[in-house]
Amino acid sequence: MVERLIPTALVEDNKFCPGCGHGIINRILAEVLDEMKLTDKAIGSMAVGCACLMVDTFGVDWIQSPHGRAAALATGIKRCRPENPVFTYQGDGDSMSIGFSETMYAAFRNENITAILVNNGIFGMTGGQMAPTSLPGQKTVTSPMGRNTDLTGQPLNIINQMKDLNIGYLARGSVTSIKNINRVKKYIRNAFETQMSGGGYSMVEILSPCPTNWKMMPDKSLEHIDNTVTTYYPLGEYVKKGGDSNE
Amino acid sequence: MSKKDSKKSVLTLHPERCKGCRYCIPTCPKDAISVSEKINQKGYKPVMVDMETCIGCGSCYTICPDYVFEIKEVQ
Repeated sequence: MVERLIPTALVEDNKFCPGCGHGIINRILAEVLDEMKLTDKAIGSMAVGCACLMVDTFGVDWIQSPHGRAAALATGIKRCRPENPVFTYQGDGDSMSIGFSETMYAAFRNENITAILVNNGIFGMTGGQMAPTSLPGQKTVTSPMGRNTDLTGQPLNIINQMKDLNIGYLARGSVTSIKNINRVKKYIRNAFETQMSGGGYSMVEILSPCPTNWKMMPDKSLEHIDNTVTTYYPLGEYVKKGGDSNE
Repeated sequence: MSKKDSKKSVLTLHPERCKGCRYCIPTCPKDAISVSEKINQKGYKPVMVDMETCIGCGSCYTICPDYVFEIKEVQ
């Protein structure tokens, strides 16, 4: 048996809604930083959205960027402080819609940073608007009849955009079960190990529930991810120090 | 060291942090978790644990988004 104590980086109770996946992902990230003894050195880059609620509760140094620009900010931090672990923590509306360009170009340049991208398929903090990652037919406050893919395109799969780039690590997990949570922890650890060994850009996308804006009970939102969301966003490791193949 | 002398995992509960998502209830392999009738400071009915049934496996710690559970080792 192993002790399971609250990681040191979690300095206050989180401020997320009941059943929000951010709370689980915050804890996994804090555990990995503690286990790798990086908590004191880590610098986080965040932008806008539910993710920035953790600025008060997650005890590492943070800098907040304009909406979507966390990857560009993390690039600057890492180039000034190459010895520090630098990561971005963003939601899907932030990183894959408003900051899509910054996120993609950080990967394109193979910046030696770690990106934690939390995909719940919706703009959460602003009240549940449709995001590029929303599923076909998904009802949101800006698509009350369901997302029409003829008008708005197919859901954005960021892994498909990145997997052929020259990067260090790329994986997608979910937080729907003990097994999946343990896998996400392994992915985040691999991502930070890639960065600390100078292996280039590492990104972990995590499928996360938003019961409030999905208007589902928390247990049903986990089932929704397992039964529906993962058919559009398959889980697994896509690049593992495999960037060399493109050189 | 015999098995009797080995450390035991004991759960510590922080019901004041619970927001009532109930992720822990189906996750518990021993069905030791249920809902309390009391209301905590945040306004939710927190979970409670039957300590006699709990084996300290840590499943609830892993799934909980609000850090309600901790597993500590005692002699």
